[in-house]
Amino acid sequence: MENEKQELVDFAVTARKYKTLLTKKYLNRKPWVNPSPYEIQSIIPGTILEVFVAEGEVYKEGAPLLILEAMKMQNRIQMPFTARIKKINVEVGSRIPKDSLMIELESVDEIEA
Amino acid sequence: MTLKKNILALRQKKAIVEKGGGDKAIEKQVAMGKLTARERILTLLDENSFHEYDLFVEHEERNFGMDDKVLAGDGVITGTGTINGAPICIYAQDFTVMGGSLGLKHARKITKIMDHALRMKVPCIGINDSGGARIQEGIGALAGYGEIFYRNTMASGVIPQISVSLGPCAGGAVYSPALTDFVFVVENISKMFITGPNVIETVLGEKISQEDLGGARVHAEITGNAHFYAMSEIECLEQIKELISLIPHSNQQKAASVEPKAPKATKNIENIIPADPKQPYDVREVIYALTDDSKFLEVHELWAANIVIGFGRLNGETIGFVANQPMYLAGVLDCDSSDKAARFIRYCDAFNIPIVTLEDMPGYLPGVDQEHAGVIRHGAKMLYAYSEATVPKITVILRKAYGGGYIAMNSRHLGADFMLAWPSAEIAVMGPEGAANIIFRKEIMEAEDEDAMRQQKVQEYIEKFANPYVAASKGYIDAVIEPSETRGMLLHALEVSKNKDDYRPAKKHGIPPF
Repeated sequence: MENEKQELVDFAVTARKYKTLLTKKYLNRKPWVNPSPYEIQSIIPGTILEVFVAEGEVYKEGAPLLILEAMKMQNRIQMPFTARIKKINVEVGSRIPKDSLMIELESVDEIEA
Repeated sequence: MTLKKNILALRQKKAIVEKGGGDKAIEKQVAMGKLTARERILTLLDENSFHEYDLFVEHEERNFGMDDKVLAGDGVITGTGTINGAPICIYAQDFTVMGGSLGLKHARKITKIMDHALRMKVPCIGINDSGGARIQEGIGALAGYGEIFYRNTMASGVIPQISVSLGPCAGGAVYSPALTDFVFVVENISKMFITGPNVIETVLGEKISQEDLGGARVHAEITGNAHFYAMSEIECLEQIKELISLIPHSNQQKAASVEPKAPKATKNIENIIPADPKQPYDVREVIYALTDDSKFLEVHELWAANIVIGFGRLNGETIGFVANQPMYLAGVLDCDSSDKAARFIRYCDAFNIPIVTLEDMPGYLPGVDQEHAGVIRHGAKMLYAYSEATVPKITVILRKAYGGGYIAMNSRHLGADFMLAWPSAEIAVMGPEGAANIIFRKEIMEAEDEDAMRQQKVQEYIEKFANPYVAASKGYIDAVIEPSETRGMLLHALEVSKNKDDYRPAKKHGIPPF
């Protein structure tokens, strides 16, 4: 292993910090972020076949948002709750990876208040 | 007189087939920096020991213009030979013959030599270099893969199975290596993936090279699919020879013992470990100080480096070592290190190899990613593997043994036969800081100087509990020994364990947390 190239770091395990080296996999791990209900993310990589909504419009819970084709299956993505479309980050034909932010929502109440 | 003619005809026939895909294809193989399938076998095996079978097997596909195609040996060389005098079965896919693609007859040659290995109770080595299923054969190729996987599973834990990835190995083909005991890869040559870069680009538009997706380094360091990583094919074949010399050749045998040797030990064992439990060191130095001739064949050297596993010899006998590695991630247990150790423990148990555990770990790696990755399920594999193992199990606690990790690292409670501790051992429910914070919470909060009180209480806890004597007073530790006594004690413990007999309730099989 290429010890000499790396420097020892302080590494916290419970209440104590240990001097140690970090592995490449540990350094490359994805930090966890609290998922926001206002962000519609792809749960599988695929292609956007259709987009049914427009920015700025309000849609009811259950309204179809878009169709994400993945593994030859057409997944219909729906509104999780009644809200306004703040931003659409995909268009028909977009090929997107997993966990890609497709649509951003905003609360209807906040806007009107 | 007539025989002479027949013999000459045989020689001629053999010479043609032994050329594989012919001069042009061989040139291409060499240009890729690869040895040919035959060269690989001949380099790995003892001189003149290779005997080939099924040289004249031909495919039976009649569609897609295959009926007039002759494929030498149907793209795979199979046979038997010896490595350092020990018999083995071997097959090598020949990339020069239609890209080493796997058709039904190709697969049947492989399953035949696998069946042979299982009956003869000798190791089976598979050298993979294939473009994948022979598409023209359709379902026949899939059937072939399935028949190989089935045999990999049947032979698992009975004979050693070794896979060498020396070329592409994609789609279904990767599952045979994954089912075998040890996978060897070579930088720039091995490529393994379920869906290749082309599919990923078509579906996602993501461009990635074969090397970055499933090259040797990726599997050796990131995925853990590969156990041994080499910079050249020659180095890789040498690694295989070394491994074969260390392991038993079936589950009914013990590994061949060799002339015992003292460790070369360049470093005094007492000076390897810093007294401060927060300071790291390379635990492999401790292993070198213990093993015969200070030799140690590390498995999974790059993956999950926070735990070290591998084979060394004590008094000439092969031993499996499992050791926390404070040099990486403070030696914590996590998903990968638990998987790594658990499978190795099961390997040792299946093949009658005693296990020596060297313990110095601060606990489990905290973090959302670990919890969500299922560290509970992964960590449990280690508990299962140690508890289930009936081979001699010896633990030496070098320094830290805290909490759940103490239990997991082959504790007395999971059935260790010998529990030894160095005087530097700290066996406690958790690290002193954490414990003092909880136990003396009230005193610390009520003190005028909280930090001073905390320090004092931590110190108290260290003096009272961060040592091996509490556990020793309860009989959980059999002996507190000086570091310099360790090798002598291990040799003795192994001698005493020679006829170890341990019983397990009768069952079809357990249900480990896979």
